[in-house]
Amino acid sequence: MRQIVAWFALIIMVAVLITGALLMHPFGYPPSDMDDYMIANSQAETANNNVVAAVLFDYRGLDTLGEATVLFTAVTGVLLLLRALKKKEKNP
Amino acid sequence: MLSKIVRTIANQLILFVLIFGLYVIMHGHVTPGGGFQGGAIVASGVVMLIVAFGSTEIKKSLRESHLSIVESGGALIFIGMAFAGMGTIFFYNFLVGTPFFGGIPPTGPNPGNVWTGGVIPLMNFAVGLKVIAGLSAVVLAMALFSSGEEMEE
Amino acid sequence: MMQYIPYNIPFIAVALLVGVALFILVFKRNLIKIVMGIAILEAGVNLFLVTLGYRAGGVAPIYTVTPEGAMVLPVPQALTLTSIVIGVSVIALMLTMVMYIYRHMGDADTRKSRLLRG
Repeated sequence: MRQIVAWFALIIMVAVLITGALLMHPFGYPPSDMDDYMIANSQAETANNNVVAAVLFDYRGLDTLGEATVLFTAVTGVLLLLRALKKKEKNP
Repeated sequence: MLSKIVRTIANQLILFVLIFGLYVIMHGHVTPGGGFQGGAIVASGVVMLIVAFGSTEIKKSLRESHLSIVESGGALIFIGMAFAGMGTIFFYNFLVGTPFFGGIPPTGPNPGNVWTGGVIPLMNFAVGLKVIAGLSAVVLAMALFSSGEEMEE
Repeated sequence: MMQYIPYNIPFIAVALLVGVALFILVFKRNLIKIVMGIAILEAGVNLFLVTLGYRAGGVAPIYTVTPEGAMVLPVPQALTLTSIVIGVSVIALMLTMVMYIYRHMGDADTRKSRLLRG
């Protein structure tokens, strides 16, 4: 019984995804207003040749701050988990 | 620990991997690359050393307390650079126009100049340090946990 | 040069990748296979972000020694970089938890271990 419901839900989900893929904008001609401004004015305002680095660290710097926090939290979590097991196994 | 041929080749190759990774980090504002990509390249070099020599040999040189200090230092430099331009707004690029790292390139395609970019090369360096220390510590902890029963101090 | 690709083939490839990942998440029981399914899901979403901002006949958005042509949109590439790093962190944390469970339970099956039964 659970198998039939699972197959039904999976087929409906994949059908919705393929319909959404066929209704997108034609591949190769995206709508772009913000990116035209960034390509035209990034050398005068940020003094940088690399537009992607200017977008990552100057126009959208708060996203990079959030990502650095996520990396720090994940490394702290891994080192904390792999130390508690040793202490618990040495004192049974 | 693998055979003698693998250990000798790994000893010679780690130098070139380190130099290439630092080149990708420091030229992040002229060519494609930056902090995250260069940090991943250097972390791959450290993983190659762990595979060739065994984790108990590498544990004597790379202690976990040193890696923790490097990672925290990288995060603090990143936040410090963001707060230093607090006179106008958070994350302000206050080095454009000064002769330290600010020179404005001419518009259109040009051969690149390293002394441009403002605050961005310093932020690249801080993020590169953080990624190197973080990924090396994670792989070293996993290798020590699954091979022997030694305490990871 | 690619001028016009009929029926949006890259977007259909993204839908098929996400469909394969959902099949793995629903029907498989081993813990390592579930983590692999989540990794395939991350790859599908990153592919969608990169192919969203492609211009026909475009070059990389860097001003150092540029060839001729219009530039590709730079904002989706910056968002993809952030997404890849977050995916690596989440997979590392999940793999340590799988190692922890395997050391305690002695088995990596979600129907046989007592702790994971809901």
